[in-house]
Amino acid sequence: MDLFIHQVLAGLATGAIYACMALAVVMIYQAIDHFNFAQGEMAMFSTFIAWQLMQWGFPYWAAFFVTIGISFAAGVLIERAIFRPIHDAPILSHVVIFIALFVIINSFAGFIWEFTIKAFPSPFGTKPVLGEGLLSAHDAGMMAVVGIVLLLLYGFFRYTRIGLAMRAAAANPDSAKLVGVRVGWMLALGWGMAAAIGAVAGMMIAPVVFLEPNMMLSILLYGFAGAVVGGLTSPVGAVLGGFSVGVVENLAGTFIPYFGSEMKLSIALALIVAVLMVRPSGIFGRKVVTRV
Amino acid sequence: MTSLTLQSRAQSAPSRAAAPLLAVDNVGLRFGGIVALDGISFEQHEGQILGLIGPNGAGKTTLFNCLSRLYTPDRGDIRFTGKTILSQPAHKIAGIGISRTFQNLALFQHMNVFDNIRVGFHSTTKSNYLSDALNLGGVRRQDEEIEYVAWTLIDYLGLRADSKRIVTDLPVGTRKRVELARALAANPRLLLLDEPAGGLNHHEVEHLGELIQQIRADRNVTVLLVEHHMSLVMSISDKVVALDFGRKIAEGTPAEVQNDPDVIRAYLGTDRK
Repeated sequence: MDLFIHQVLAGLATGAIYACMALAVVMIYQAIDHFNFAQGEMAMFSTFIAWQLMQWGFPYWAAFFVTIGISFAAGVLIERAIFRPIHDAPILSHVVIFIALFVIINSFAGFIWEFTIKAFPSPFGTKPVLGEGLLSAHDAGMMAVVGIVLLLLYGFFRYTRIGLAMRAAAANPDSAKLVGVRVGWMLALGWGMAAAIGAVAGMMIAPVVFLEPNMMLSILLYGFAGAVVGGLTSPVGAVLGGFSVGVVENLAGTFIPYFGSEMKLSIALALIVAVLMVRPSGIFGRKVVTRV
Repeated sequence: MTSLTLQSRAQSAPSRAAAPLLAVDNVGLRFGGIVALDGISFEQHEGQILGLIGPNGAGKTTLFNCLSRLYTPDRGDIRFTGKTILSQPAHKIAGIGISRTFQNLALFQHMNVFDNIRVGFHSTTKSNYLSDALNLGGVRRQDEEIEYVAWTLIDYLGLRADSKRIVTDLPVGTRKRVELARALAANPRLLLLDEPAGGLNHHEVEHLGELIQQIRADRNVTVLLVEHHMSLVMSISDKVVALDFGRKIAEGTPAEVQNDPDVIRAYLGTDRK
């Protein structure tokens, strides 16, 4: 039983990482209705910006918030410059551009900062808070940050007029236009917010996995898994999905015999497939019913 | 903030002699080889209820989409209060006083009735991302006023019992009233209703006719109505315009249009004796 609790806690700690990423994934999915494959690379690049700022002498929290600001602006810019012109293009065009962005951002980061692994500081420290090796201060801090981001998002969408307009623009662009919502800008805002959340995720994840251009590869996959499990239409679902992916992955690695850490990543993929087969809208997602 | 008050423009009696509120002037639009609209012209005065009729595919909804700027006509002009609207983007249309409902309902799914109506106020507010995010005092006061007027509309259309329900869970008749409330939230001068009676039962249609006339009287809204339900159109319209294959085939009082040989032919087919 001890081992079980231990593994659940450790799973929650990694789950917090996936939850961060899943939240960013859902955010952009809400706005543009597609998975953004470049999301992880955008988060990685943001994290490098934070690292660079700190190298230049910025204190941690200053770098943290400046990076969020830069990422937000960059997200808006990417939508305005690249995705606005192809707005009516078929999904495949979007996917191709997502992949192109992925490769471009990845190589660009390598070009500027090289592919060597860099340490990234944690603002919370690494002391254990729940017994040795169970839950570190960083893990706890990361969970708190995910919770705060989630609360902010909830408040934004629930109580502000712009949040309401963004929901309307995503739900029905034509109707939204006709009540005066500038739908194009709502999309750009969605991109900006997703990029900013990605930046937070990157900065929270980097102390755990170390900073390098490929740090997000597998994490994005787990993030997708978390988002799909929780439901692509629900930020709360995405976060809970991220945590459950972390826990399931850890428990499977421990309790299923012959199931070493090499097989962990396939759990994420198996989860995606299973959820898509059984309940495509996710556990917390809403089924979209179209009248025919 | 007077723009938000429910009856702000009521009692300013419509004057028929004045310039028309809406002037559709020789509007034409083609999609590839199909001529959807072929030189449509008509005028509508403030306070009038105008019924737009015609068989399926006559171009009624296309014309509506031009009026709400989802489509841009290839030729001709559409003037609202004497000024062309063709230079305005779709998101400005609500702000200048034109609201609409859709034939197949275009509500914001997964949002509740109250939120759907709240979005309708968007064009009446001025705020930006920053002031909104910081939730400054002025924004909060505006929000309170919006909430108040939203509740007034909800009561006006008898939606209070369903106000917190998700719109997709509601029957068509109720959803139509939600869409109407959303359109009225922008406090329009011209209300475009695309087949408001579609999907309603006999009793609801009767009530709808009274409701449209009530709205015109209470809020001094001019109503342009596309409708297949002939008895509804003929009973509430001041003027009827009939379209067929993108052309205007008749215009006049309900009685005149009903007896127009071209209209009868369009609906019943050509007499080949």
